[in-house]
Amino acid sequence: MNIAANFPTCALTAKPEPVISIRHLNHYFGQGALRKQVLFDINLDILPGEIVLTIGPSGSGKTTLLTAIGGLRTPSEGSLKVLGEELCGASKQKLIQTRRNIGYIFQAHNLMKFLTAKQNVRMSLELHNGLSDRELDEKAIAMLEAVGLGDRIDYYPENLSGGQKQRVAIARALASQPAIVLADEPTAALDKKSGRDVVEIMQRLAKEQGSTILLVTHDNRILDIADRLVYVEDGRLTDNYMAASDREATLPEARRPKSQ
Amino acid sequence: MKTPLAWLQVSREKMRLAVALAGIAFADILMFMQMGFKDSLYEAAVRPHYALDADLVLVNSQFETFFSVKSFSRERLYQAQGFPGVESVNSLYFGTAEWRNTETRMSRPILIFGTDPANPAFNIPEVTQNADRLKMFHRVLFDRASRPEYGVVPIFEEKGFLETEVNDNLVRVDGLFSLGASFTADGNAIASDSTFLHLFSERKAEEIEIGLLKLEPSANLQQVQSSLKAELPKDVSVLTIEEFAKIEKQYWANSTAIGFIFSLGTAMGFIVGVVIVYQILYSDVSDHLPEYATLKAMGYTDQYLVNVLIQEALILAVLGFIPSFFLGVGLYHLTQAATLLPIGMTTSRAISVFILTVIMCTASGAIAMRKLQTADPADVFA
Repeated sequence: MNIAANFPTCALTAKPEPVISIRHLNHYFGQGALRKQVLFDINLDILPGEIVLTIGPSGSGKTTLLTAIGGLRTPSEGSLKVLGEELCGASKQKLIQTRRNIGYIFQAHNLMKFLTAKQNVRMSLELHNGLSDRELDEKAIAMLEAVGLGDRIDYYPENLSGGQKQRVAIARALASQPAIVLADEPTAALDKKSGRDVVEIMQRLAKEQGSTILLVTHDNRILDIADRLVYVEDGRLTDNYMAASDREATLPEARRPKSQ
Repeated sequence: MKTPLAWLQVSREKMRLAVALAGIAFADILMFMQMGFKDSLYEAAVRPHYALDADLVLVNSQFETFFSVKSFSRERLYQAQGFPGVESVNSLYFGTAEWRNTETRMSRPILIFGTDPANPAFNIPEVTQNADRLKMFHRVLFDRASRPEYGVVPIFEEKGFLETEVNDNLVRVDGLFSLGASFTADGNAIASDSTFLHLFSERKAEEIEIGLLKLEPSANLQQVQSSLKAELPKDVSVLTIEEFAKIEKQYWANSTAIGFIFSLGTAMGFIVGVVIVYQILYSDVSDHLPEYATLKAMGYTDQYLVNVLIQEALILAVLGFIPSFFLGVGLYHLTQAATLLPIGMTTSRAISVFILTVIMCTASGAIAMRKLQTADPADVFA
């Protein structure tokens, strides 16, 4: 699964339409004298089915980029197309529509404390019409079985371990078969084994469903699941991998960024 | 069926729910009691009005309340008698006298009515049946629903009669009836017109307090009333029983502190409720802010979350109202037993309090909603 697009500008020859297409994107925080640019001239294409890991130091703008792609904030300048829809200057309605086609996985699981695992997964399914009560339940249960929690469907989050909660979050994110899954440090709060399980489940389900994954992480242990790594530093995508990260040494050889 | 988020959220934490419901019920009971007191005091004040055996009444045009006597000339009654549609007329005296408790020797004001024993002005069965006993001089019927401080009922029930002093005249209680205490009077008694004039020696027979008109069955009440109004001198008012009672109620509502005090009490209950429900909803929203932000990130609209909050408010309103209704009924019984005021649960008051509860809860929800808007979906990644 080697995609040609090693770095943003090289994606032009790719056959399939990118699900995420970013051109000359700038983003600022604050206003007036306090205005601070956090993203600088981002160009990036991500193709269907790709698993892309975004890495970079803290405060480099990775999460800002992720939230912009997720339709959770409107970028200041440039072009950001997600599933063919332009999100720069998009209406609230369009942003909400976009969010519904994206599955989110968070560092904290962000499950509803007052809902069972099954009800949490249903909350995602219910955004999409046309399913009966029974179908919703069946789908939610099937999804929980797929993440290995078939025996925990009626548990409240407080009675699940960290890894189990994150698996419920994955089930929720993937239940409605979103075209894109965005994940922000999904393994940060987990031990090695749980973290590994979680990304592998994510990877497997995403492949089965043909979803694209964009994952922000600090966790060197999971870099090998990536089809491609994207480095962010000081708000810029950079091809200077050496400069961008000193974690290179820890990367498995096979998973280093490749150029064709 | 969609997941009932509001209900699941409200019901998940039983302890918090119990506290919320206790708070709402407390506010509701406060409102029930204040409104109940107010209504019952008004109700009590107009019981004599509704006990009058008349279709229309004539009173001094300055009449405000039974509490202060405003008389008018009996002549007006004779004038009214001549009007087409008026079948018969009757008159009633009333005044506040000093009633002596035979055991404690303490005097206490009491409202005395003076009526023709052959044709009593009240449609209270016990009065009409026993009116004959009033034909003898210095005999009265006593209201058993008067305050117990008059010291009448136990002795009367033991001996079958009671002699005491009213305005320093010896009178004999020869029967009981039920009307009830009110602001105006801690107690009531009915005497014949001649006994009345003897007890109130400064009163003149030709100056009456209330004129009672009975109309012919075929007469049109409004027509007769408007022609009487047009023809009679302006020193008397021609009123239906409803209008008559309304004047009395307005007096207590507007010309005394009572209406204000109880309205304020009701408002306080309402505000207490708003604060309690607001606290509950606000902490609910605060505690679940990341979850609300997550829902927004998933693609739920702001409107959806607002609806959840409103539903929570309504669930709390309904669940809080139910216990307060039953507690209210119980407290009304207690109050009635203790004060002899006509207090009880009425449908209209239950509806009023329920509507206030709903307003209380949604208003609190609306204030708590401002917190909800701070749920920035971008924060879920922070």
